[in-house]
Amino acid sequence: MEKFTTHTSRAIPLPIENIDTDQIIPARFLKATNKSGFGENLFRDWRYNKDGSENTSFTLNDPKYRGTILIAGDNFGCGSSREHAAWALADYGLKVIVSSYFADIFKGNALNNGLLPVQVTPEYLKKLINTVQENPETEILVNLEEQYIAVKGSGDKATFDIGPYKKLCLLNGYDDIDFLISKKDKIEAFEQQ
Amino acid sequence: MKKTLFDKVWDSHVVDTVENGPQILYIDKHLIHEVTSPQAFAELEQRNIPVFRPDQIVATADHNVPTLNQHLPVKDALSRNQLEQLTTNCEKHGITLYGLGHKYQGIVHVMAPELGITQPGMTMVCGDSHTSTHGAFGTIAFGIGTSQVAQVFASQCLLLSKPKKMRVSVNGKLKKGVLPKDVILYIIAKLGTNSGTGHFVEYAGDVFENMSMEGRMTVCNMSIEMGARGGMIAPDETTFEYVRGREFAPEGEEFEKKTAYWKTLKTDEGAVFDKEYSFDAEDIGPMVTYGTNPGMGIKIDEHIPVTDDISFEKSLEYMGFEKGESLLGKPINYVFIGSCTNSRIEDFRVAAEYIRGKQKAANVNALIVPGSQQVAKQIEAEGLREIFEEAGFVLRQPGCSACLAMNDDKIPAGEYCVSTSNRNFEGRQGQGARTILASPLIAAATAVKGAVAAPYEEETAVFA
Repeated sequence: MEKFTTHTSRAIPLPIENIDTDQIIPARFLKATNKSGFGENLFRDWRYNKDGSENTSFTLNDPKYRGTILIAGDNFGCGSSREHAAWALADYGLKVIVSSYFADIFKGNALNNGLLPVQVTPEYLKKLINTVQENPETEILVNLEEQYIAVKGSGDKATFDIGPYKKLCLLNGYDDIDFLISKKDKIEAFEQQ
Repeated sequence: MKKTLFDKVWDSHVVDTVENGPQILYIDKHLIHEVTSPQAFAELEQRNIPVFRPDQIVATADHNVPTLNQHLPVKDALSRNQLEQLTTNCEKHGITLYGLGHKYQGIVHVMAPELGITQPGMTMVCGDSHTSTHGAFGTIAFGIGTSQVAQVFASQCLLLSKPKKMRVSVNGKLKKGVLPKDVILYIIAKLGTNSGTGHFVEYAGDVFENMSMEGRMTVCNMSIEMGARGGMIAPDETTFEYVRGREFAPEGEEFEKKTAYWKTLKTDEGAVFDKEYSFDAEDIGPMVTYGTNPGMGIKIDEHIPVTDDISFEKSLEYMGFEKGESLLGKPINYVFIGSCTNSRIEDFRVAAEYIRGKQKAANVNALIVPGSQQVAKQIEAEGLREIFEEAGFVLRQPGCSACLAMNDDKIPAGEYCVSTSNRNFEGRQGQGARTILASPLIAAATAVKGAVAAPYEEETAVFA
């Protein structure tokens, strides 16, 4: 897994609540047996019209908005456990998702793929979305070490929570498999109980 | 310390606690299917890691299988490849597979309980969010992502922080025509789609105590739709009787020994939950959803709420509904009875009982998809097939089918489908398809009427 320390980018607002993983990547694209290429179909049915042309009113197709930070409405990533959703967001090039709430399984999947879910208060989320909508050139800074998100060039800053173990994993690019395998003696002892 | 049912099962599976971090939770049973496992097998192979406990894994093919002509090669090349990879991976790693054509094949959450693989007090995972279903047995069961599937392959464990605890109690007597599906849709409509996030739910009260195992599975199945990782119901005589005698259930003295332990799996009097809710059974009516998440539900004789909110309006626009209107009488061309929520024998008995001697409306395509080969066999043995076919319903072979429309069972764009499945998300049942979630009884009544219909219309006199 790639290391994550700090990240600065412009941001893409998507102020819809309860975005489920079926919207992030529809089930018909889950037939692949590898992890790459899902970005092409990220938000497929919002991003493209029925005839396959781009839906110009969708935020990813709006030339105003560019960047690798997605700012989404409350309860992002609910529904299906498909990790394909995290793969699609990462494959598209996104590094950070900001929301006021993340569904549990999605949050875990994102962290396991080096994609940082940043949870802020509903008020801060609203403010951030307004800032980006008013000035799409706005740059957002995310600092994992110090656990804050900030609007660059302003004093505007908010902190976010992350478990110390997961933080360590992201900062160093570790994943859980190596850690679990290193505990095999304990696991075998537990099985004998 | 007073413990909840969840505490008792969780605490007995903790291998170790990482300082300042998560716990290592031991997993008793790991269920896998074709869609969320290939990348996990690939990960292990790339890193040259063997599968640690292949005997504790059971595989089946469900998400991406056709429900017609299952004896023939699968036509869609990508689906065929995915199914073949599952077979190859299971063979290579010595994992039991109930693939297409096997007498135990079926939706993973229907197959495992009916074979007695699911037992009280276990920890179970699967790369599928509806793994919460198995909580009906007093089991900690939850959905995981593919990276976690690989972790369980490698170590039979997961690194997790212990979730918070929530209890939902429902007491009283359910009204005629109110099924377990209505109970859970009612709870989600009341509490909202993220009310359970970060929590494990225990369902308590006499409504659940009086429910069959099939009904309890329907309830626990949809725990994830309020954001909860899982839901549980304390095991009791109903549970023990269900498990007894099943293929992989303990036998004889071993069963008695296990039962003695299972009986201790109850929340202690005075144990504390982080959140508690309670509802009156009498207030629950037959439910339907009108929006694009399972929390957007109303009693069938109620009207769509009037709310000014962008996400709410976007949702109604997708559904083609207006604020304040009633769904009763809306013409419906598609009805689906199936999915891991409602494809067990009891669901089909309820539907068949209602349909017997009636005909589906001419405009309706009504699809019946059993949850497993065993359920299909039982439908046949109990004479339900004749009832469905005489009424003009189409009976298919087992699989997830139109719940997520990965195979050819798709609802056309713009069409409404009254569905016994679990998600009414945009495009869930096919691009542009509009899903109305309901019980098998409402689905059957709707198919007969050709429009959204209450099961016993005399009791919703306002709209008679």
